Amino acid sequence: MNPTLHTWATIAAVVVTATAGDILIAGGMRKLGDLDDIRAKSGLVGAIKAVLSSGMFLLGITCMALSFFSLLFALSGADLSLIAPATASLTFITTAAAAKFFLKENVDSRRWIAALFVCAGVALLAK
Amino acid sequence: MQHTLTPRRWLVLIAVMLGASIGDALLGIGMKQVGPVSLHHLSALFFALRSPWIISGILVLLGFMACYMTALSWADITFVLPATAFGNVIVALLSRFWLHEHVSRSRWLGVALIVLGVGFVANGPSRTEHAPVEVEALP
Repeated sequence: MNPTLHTWATIAAVVVTATAGDILIAGGMRKLGDLDDIRAKSGLVGAIKAVLSSGMFLLGITCMALSFFSLLFALSGADLSLIAPATASLTFITTAAAAKFFLKENVDSRRWIAALFVCAGVALLAK
Repeated sequence: MQHTLTPRRWLVLIAVMLGASIGDALLGIGMKQVGPVSLHHLSALFFALRSPWIISGILVLLGFMACYMTALSWADITFVLPATAFGNVIVALLSRFWLHEHVSRSRWLGVALIVLGVGFVANGPSRTEHAPVEVEALP
């Protein structure tokens, strides 16, 4: 099947929602602080409560769910051999960029090279 | 800046690496036994929940999610994310040496690239520490 504009649009939707979900969950966890410490203080139930009461985390999970349904939608229109590697490897790059801009993570050249290598590797694996 | 991880944290990262691929593999085996599910018979998915493969897959993925979020609470996402990709490498090795499947040359190249990428990141600091003086304050 020849990838059309429609296919690329659904791939973009999967990548954008997955990136947003990852960044929101990571941001939520960062705000919460070390989960090991929380669990040591208030037990497993306390840790679960703390996670579930984080608005950023819930928003992130919503984005993840949207991403999952976009993936199903994309799969109904195109081959898995295109969708899986395209979404997985593009998400690595967009997440690295989004982590730099939104979470102010220190994405140095080492991490950029890693993101590119992993991206290329995933694409090759799924061939 | 924190350069070293405690052994306990390495264990959590290893669980993140293994969890996603093992969970997906268990779901894959289970769904192959259930057979194809058409969009008009989604109720068939509930029968899938009776399969021990599916149940164990879901349990493993729940454990993975817990470890993943624990890792995110003390490490950068650009540090944790390559670790999840390392699961692909483990799957390739398992399928070659345990299931004796043929792994093509381009896949070995993919494995090598991921190992290199993960190695780069694992050598660096796991977390960006924001000093009181932020970048914005610089001229």
